[in-house]
Amino acid sequence: MSKNIELNVFAHQHSKLLNERAYSAVELVEATLQNLKDHELNAYITVTESLALKQAELADERIKLGTAGPLTGIPIAIKDLLSTVDNITTAGSKILENYRPVFDCTVVERLQNAGAIIVAKTNLDEFAMGSSNEHSAFGPVKNPWNYQKVSGGSSGGSAVAVANRDVSISLGTDTGGSIRQPAAFCGITGLKPTYGRVSRYGVIAFGSSLEQVGPFGRDATDIANVLQIIAGIDVRDSTTVKIPVPDYQEDFDKGLAGLRIGVPAQFFQDGLDNDVRLAVENAIELFENEGAIIDRSLQLPTSPASLPVYYIIAPSEASANLARYDGVKYGFSFLEGKSVDEEMSLTRSIGFGQEVKRRIMLGTYALSAGYYDAYYLKAQKVRTLIRKEFERAFQTYDLLLTPTTPTVAFGLGEKIEDPYSMYLNDLYTLPVNISGNPAISMPCGFSNELPIGLQLIAKPFDEKTLLRATHAYQTLTDWHMEQPQN
Amino acid sequence: MSLSNEEIKQIALLARLNLSELEVQQLSNQLSVILDNFKILEEIDTSNVNPTAQTFELENVDRLDEISTPIDRELTLEGAPRSQDGYFRVRGVLE
Repeated sequence: MSKNIELNVFAHQHSKLLNERAYSAVELVEATLQNLKDHELNAYITVTESLALKQAELADERIKLGTAGPLTGIPIAIKDLLSTVDNITTAGSKILENYRPVFDCTVVERLQNAGAIIVAKTNLDEFAMGSSNEHSAFGPVKNPWNYQKVSGGSSGGSAVAVANRDVSISLGTDTGGSIRQPAAFCGITGLKPTYGRVSRYGVIAFGSSLEQVGPFGRDATDIANVLQIIAGIDVRDSTTVKIPVPDYQEDFDKGLAGLRIGVPAQFFQDGLDNDVRLAVENAIELFENEGAIIDRSLQLPTSPASLPVYYIIAPSEASANLARYDGVKYGFSFLEGKSVDEEMSLTRSIGFGQEVKRRIMLGTYALSAGYYDAYYLKAQKVRTLIRKEFERAFQTYDLLLTPTTPTVAFGLGEKIEDPYSMYLNDLYTLPVNISGNPAISMPCGFSNELPIGLQLIAKPFDEKTLLRATHAYQTLTDWHMEQPQN
Repeated sequence: MSLSNEEIKQIALLARLNLSELEVQQLSNQLSVILDNFKILEEIDTSNVNPTAQTFELENVDRLDEISTPIDRELTLEGAPRSQDGYFRVRGVLE
């Protein structure tokens, strides 16, 4: 019998209550497990019950000893793209349905060292390829605000876990918007750190030059506390950068006054839903009233090219990364073929879903002899131009402000037959994966009872200013306190 | 830009994917639409622009060559569909 614990609180509130002994970590984990088994949103692939209870006992020891940190005893859900020794890691794919990694990824190690308790591995688009979570081999995740709508993707399960108040924090990965877009669709806050800020060691690879692990939460404090733990150099990921990790809450009392904010015209053009535009305009007005210096003359003319650049570079990297699934070392294997080639091809054809095959095909084509210069090399050059545009903008501004997505959550099945219209949904989130900058999405309004996301973008490694502004906005508004009724 | 069924089959061979006729047809249509939308890249002048492979241009990242515990061989082979004498086993590649 689990204790009656209010789960609809922030992680920092749980932490306080745990330290005051209002309840124990074991009791909190029991209540959490009970709750997340209890619904039909399809947010979880594996509930890591026995491990969670063991870890909760250890957390209680630390709390007794007085050595608890802000995440000690806090239940967290993680995207099932993050390798864990103790539980299978599927990447949302049939090809890894029974795959048990032989090492933990760095972020999991860091969370566990901090005393956080992994309670579930969340559903995702297969290999993180998708914007709706409909490309999971384990079925789509439903949006808790409206069960007929998509959760967004690819970190749909992690977003829903927080939006549905099953957990207060979770981890996702963001290769082209896979944290920020589902955060927007589900009415929560999600951060993509700067490329190189968080280790990718043990994260099942998709687009290696684009992706980062980042937190979902419901307020800036919880996001800051998770980032504080997972950020920093890792010798096992040579793309992590030797720049000190600051105290992410250091500037929380500075408000919005004096922040120079650019609003790029290219993010407010055709295709932007009118309700989304209005909600973002209201946020801009609020920022201005609070003393931020808003400039609407900013032009990022190359940023719309982020879409083709991304959908050449990401599939190219994916086609190389996914070459490892050959049915020899681990995962699903078709063993009845007549030759090595036939077994390999059939293993991959049966094991991969449609979107993964599509991207492998696209990437293989873009990298193949005769097309490399026209597609891959061209995309890499345009990537340089997009990066330079951001660099120039940040000589003038502290932050950029945009909508996170052109529309609110779309219907399940609505875009599944038309891959290109699905890709268009990523238009506002892709540019910072191309450039490497950090960005955050937070709720800023509603359209037809579905949440709208506001995106802020900062200079490389300036997550501190992103979180300062998010904290200020959430102190002034209540959008982040709204919750789905179900 | 349109990709013929023959071109799709050639790419599938390179990618080690065994596609059904229906998949070939669908991919031919879908990839053609996607590639058409990539044409805006052609209009962007990239003469004298260097390509970006890594956003923060790190170079020569190294570390001390320290001895550590390797991942356990038996544990690693537990996940393998076929193994023998402590090795991964594959089908014969020579006829």
